[in-house]
Amino acid sequence: MTTPEAPAARQLPYVLAITEALAQSMRSDPNVFLAGEDVALYGGVFGTSRGLLNEFGPQRVIDTPISESGIAGLAVGAAATGLRPIIEIMFMDFVTVCMDEIVNQAAKMKYMFGGKASLPITIRTMAGGGMSMAAQHSQSLEAWFCHVPGLKVVMPATPYDAKGLLIAAIRDDNPVLVIESKLSLGLTGEVPEEMYEVPIGRARVAREGANFTIVAIGRMLGEALKAADELAADGLDVEVIDPRSLQPLDTETIVTSVRKTHRALVVHEAVRFGGIGAEIAAQVQEEAFDYLDAPVGRVGAPFAPVPFSPVLEAEYIPNAARIAAEARRVIGKAV
Amino acid sequence: MDISPESLLDMHERMVRIRTFEEEAGKLMEAGKVPGALHLYVGEEAVAAGIMVHLSNDDQITSTHRGHGHLVAKGGDLGRMFAELFGRATGYCKGKGGSMHISDLDLGMLGANGIVGAGPPIAIGAAFSNKYRGTTNVTCCFFGDGASNEGTFHEAANMAALYRLPVVFVCENNGYGEFTSQERHQAIHDVADRAPGYGMPGIVVDGMDAIAVYEAAGEAIARARRGEGPSLLECKTYRFLDHVGVRGMGVVYRTDDEVVEWRRRDPIVLLEERLAGAGLLPAEEAAAVRERVLGQVKAAIAYAESSPHPDPSALLQDVYTLATDAPR
Ligand SMILES: Cc1ncc(C[n+]2csc(CCOP(=O)(O)OP(=O)(O)O)c2C)c(N)n1
Ligand SMILES: [Mg+2]
Repeated sequence: MTTPEAPAARQLPYVLAITEALAQSMRSDPNVFLAGEDVALYGGVFGTSRGLLNEFGPQRVIDTPISESGIAGLAVGAAATGLRPIIEIMFMDFVTVCMDEIVNQAAKMKYMFGGKASLPITIRTMAGGGMSMAAQHSQSLEAWFCHVPGLKVVMPATPYDAKGLLIAAIRDDNPVLVIESKLSLGLTGEVPEEMYEVPIGRARVAREGANFTIVAIGRMLGEALKAADELAADGLDVEVIDPRSLQPLDTETIVTSVRKTHRALVVHEAVRFGGIGAEIAAQVQEEAFDYLDAPVGRVGAPFAPVPFSPVLEAEYIPNAARIAAEARRVIGKAV
Repeated sequence: MDISPESLLDMHERMVRIRTFEEEAGKLMEAGKVPGALHLYVGEEAVAAGIMVHLSNDDQITSTHRGHGHLVAKGGDLGRMFAELFGRATGYCKGKGGSMHISDLDLGMLGANGIVGAGPPIAIGAAFSNKYRGTTNVTCCFFGDGASNEGTFHEAANMAALYRLPVVFVCENNGYGEFTSQERHQAIHDVADRAPGYGMPGIVVDGMDAIAVYEAAGEAIARARRGEGPSLLECKTYRFLDHVGVRGMGVVYRTDDEVVEWRRRDPIVLLEERLAGAGLLPAEEAAAVRERVLGQVKAAIAYAESSPHPDPSALLQDVYTLATDAPR
């Protein structure tokens, strides 16, 4: 993640990259406001909006009641009438409470109204397990939203993308779900100080390689990079791709890689069955069937809710070892 | 409402059990022995105890993320509770639920819940079932002041009144939803004011006074058992500790003075004063209760700590009910 023209690039943790994106977006556009539970006075339960109330005041940084339907509906109505709302749904699991507002209202209004409405809504939410928070505070539900025409879905894995994708989402004239990773909040990386966008719909080659492709979503990027190191010892030169945006999906970058490497594996933390990995695998075989030397592998969580017990949760969440094992299986090596 | 000496002492012991359970759980969390998040019930004991002494195992409750106190008061097994907090195979949920999902259907405890506002609709379902099955059982639905702003509460309140369901909505108004004070999350002072809008009585009671809770709950529960429909009982209370974890003082969203003020009205101390005054529980006997309960809690912790972790094979079990499972 180094750029040649930035020798002493500034480092920032993921959490502060989010805050900076929020602050810069609010500074540059008076129609941008932030609403959510404990986002103002407390600065967000994950600390992502610390300091914003001080700078922008209670008109623009709004503590809401515990009313997810109300929060999401507020965003729909405000966006339809000219504002640019950012809402925080604290844990991704709680989006279930406001599914109507997101899926039936925000996603479809433009189409249903014959193109008249435009809904520049940003929905920020924290996904993922690994903290013994059990079945209702640990889910990764991105696939649901990728299935809904009218929504865009991004999942930043790095601090750089956490800032750039969030800014792009806020500037986008459509409803965008920004699915952040609570386990990555402390992850530090290069984040330029200026306001920049990471274009929605463009994947990133996180590591170049010649003979195997791993497509890793969200926090799984870090695990996939570790697995790639491990697999290098086996003589496998792994290319790792971070789609960053799942809807729209940058199929071209993925397919280009697979045409070069001939083998691929898709990794996500969400349940494997019906996960976005299935869509990616299907697109790869449609676009690069003749180039494939093996079926596209998939790593995801088993078909169960997220367990509380740390022993079971460790068994549940995909990691570098499991990714490497699946890669070996794909290339036909004993695990 | 008359209250027997037995009920008073019973209530006291339940409160001491909750307090001791929570304080020890807090210490274990600080020692790094409890994974995940703990929402402790310290300060709110009079509410759970004052309700639960009216209920049998065939009466149900729905609980919240702050659910340990409800299960302890409902007669939960302390060993299985600690085992669940530790994520052990012997826990109430076989280690799969943890603090936020602790439950015991055999005791009519339909689960702590990770989703704020999830309880009320489930409670009306249980109440509907009680009525449907021709029983006189009731369902008590615990929920917070914060939860009273979820749409689910309002839908459930309307349906409960419409169908005259045997349910008592028990609002544990501790003045905060997470870090947001009540006056910053709703424009009313009494959540009970919402009840008449749905066609049920709303009662406000001092939630630090176990006897007051007992009396008000007794009436609401009797009314539900008589088939006269739901009530909303708002108990004004306070959590002595932080939203998550054990820190009481020095938090940013409320003043230490406010905490001190509420702690002056510690519900256990208040009840003990009443009991001592009535000659029912002299100070040394109250101390003996605490001692005995502490012994039980320590034994429960020892049991939990020596319990095995779940076997990895348990990961895929209990996702579905199988044809081979025992009928229920
Ligand atoms: C649907 C949903 N939204 C938000 C949360 C996060 N959350 C957990 S507890 C809580 C505060 C609940 O306040 P209240 O109902 O007053 O209960 P208390 O914690 O005071 O006992 C919040 C917002 C959640 N768990 N579920
Ligand atoms: Mg509360």
